[in-house]
Amino acid sequence: MIRVSDSADALRPQPGECLAFDVNPVLNERPTHYCPGCHHGIAHRLVSEALHELGVARRAILVASVGCATFTYDYFNVDGLEAPHGRACAVATGVRRARPDAVVFTYQGDGDMAAIGLAESLHAANRGEKITTIFINNTVYGMTGGQMAPTTLVGQKTTTTCQGRSLSNEGGPVRLAEIMAQLDGVAYAARCALDSVKHVRAAKRAMRKAFEVQLDGLGFGFVELLSGCPTNWHLDPVAANRRIAEAMIPVFPLGVFKDATTTAPADAGQAKEAPRG
Amino acid sequence: MNASQKERVLIKGNEAVAFGAVDAGCRCYFGYPITPQNEIPEALSVLLPENGGAFVQAESEVAASNMLLGAAACGIPAMTSSSGCGISLMQEAISYMAGSHVPGVIVNMQRGGPGLGDIGPSQGDYFQAVKGGGHGDHRNLVLAPATAQECYDLMFRAFALAFKYANPVMVLGDAIVGQIKEPVRREPPKDALRPEAVMALAKDWRLEGYGGRGEGAAPRLLKSVYLAEGALAGRNRLLMEKYAAMRAECAFEQTDTNDAELIVVAFGSIARIARSAIRRLRADGRKLGLFRPVTLYPFPAEALRALAPGRRFLVMEQNTGQMVEDVLLALNGAAAVSWHGVMPGLFIGADDLTEPILRALKEKKQ
Repeated sequence: MIRVSDSADALRPQPGECLAFDVNPVLNERPTHYCPGCHHGIAHRLVSEALHELGVARRAILVASVGCATFTYDYFNVDGLEAPHGRACAVATGVRRARPDAVVFTYQGDGDMAAIGLAESLHAANRGEKITTIFINNTVYGMTGGQMAPTTLVGQKTTTTCQGRSLSNEGGPVRLAEIMAQLDGVAYAARCALDSVKHVRAAKRAMRKAFEVQLDGLGFGFVELLSGCPTNWHLDPVAANRRIAEAMIPVFPLGVFKDATTTAPADAGQAKEAPRG
Repeated sequence: MNASQKERVLIKGNEAVAFGAVDAGCRCYFGYPITPQNEIPEALSVLLPENGGAFVQAESEVAASNMLLGAAACGIPAMTSSSGCGISLMQEAISYMAGSHVPGVIVNMQRGGPGLGDIGPSQGDYFQAVKGGGHGDHRNLVLAPATAQECYDLMFRAFALAFKYANPVMVLGDAIVGQIKEPVRREPPKDALRPEAVMALAKDWRLEGYGGRGEGAAPRLLKSVYLAEGALAGRNRLLMEKYAAMRAECAFEQTDTNDAELIVVAFGSIARIARSAIRRLRADGRKLGLFRPVTLYPFPAEALRALAPGRRFLVMEQNTGQMVEDVLLALNGAAAVSWHGVMPGLFIGADDLTEPILRALKEKKQ
């Protein structure tokens, strides 16, 4: 049971944190193409706030992926490049090696990063490329209309698993944050969720950290964001948020799985103690 | 590795590619090992760090070519190299480079195919190189070196053309061109652009972070997706205009064509072997010449057509019949064309080509 005082504490501004909503110059004012209730908008806002607060937008280069996030570059006021499906981390590697002074980030969905681009993602992480990767996990292929993703939950019905995903035929969901934490080149790996204010604020702190490790030259920064896809889940936005809390978080535990900036057990502000990488 | 800028050094064609690339200003290399081109990454793994550049051994050719896409989009001279099946894996990124106006340089030291084939010489990737190779409508500028010296020299032209047109350039050699060891003068060709001049060609589109362009600069975007109605049509028309402009870059070499009754058309290592055969046969009084395209795309069609009156042509290539189609298109019936193919993977000598040349001469007399 959540006590009222705990919950109220969680919403109180932290030192140095401003809760007033303001125009952020890193995001432009174009209305997004995302569906109602989709969490891409929140994720974009978190990325833009991290870039703005760290003062690095002027030297940022965005590597966009393929999927719903293809048009990410339409909303960010930074230099951008389109990568083929799954290859964002390889493209970002080339960008960072060519421009060591740039701040480079990829923004990828679960199909892009954990299916077709798993090799490029893991090897870029393993090399310790000084890039930041934002990984949107919504357990489904959104852009193509609701097919199975590598992160689809066992039993979840999709347009290509109409009886529900089965362990024996399709395997289980890929837990990327945990895998990333195993790799020497990864400086920071966290999984957060965008279903509640509390979780969004924790995600904001994780996002900033994932960029800071790049700026400090420590290695690969990784943030996985559990996100809602009301359209392809056939749920309304509120029910979609509930699904994240009730069905996704038990399978994809929240937490910081690796943090090279601290030797103490890491904490991204989540209720749950993270498994150690 | 310590070749000075002036003296001649005895190196392989692959090593000449590496020296040429570095001297031409290449600062990033991404690749995955495959025979017969391994001397390129091996040499560059030493040369690039020595020259302030980056060398990355990628996890696959898919990754290597996409790293190239990223680096070249930043306006930094960058390259990859591979062969056979590795080049097939790079076609995705090559198509994106073409669609996004990104100047990647790709070296293909061809090996026998199809499939895993073998590691011997081949010209079987001709179609793949000159007709696009990846998905969608696109063209690569294709340069075909025949000697180790030309491997060195053409790297300068490869980077200059890639940046001039913001388009992928493929240097198409083969196992013989890459492995042959010959004296090479490590001196930039007289018409070579300086690396700073090559990089300056990228100033209007390179990605660098908008802050690098001064206060109030607009963000830049390099992409190939155009979903709005009619937008992709416009994009492809723009690409067509670019490909048409590239025709100015046609390069070729012709030897003994003035008095020739029969002109052999060949490129790369087969052109060298054919030249030896032609020299021998000319000593016996046969009127033979050689036309060697140096650019395979754009194909030097007009120069070839100018030679047509009163002559016939024999296309010799190490594949089952590819460049012959471009020769037929170029001549468009203006002269008779015959063809002799050397099967991929074979190592042949001039002796192997004299008989097919004599046969083609006889055909003419009948």
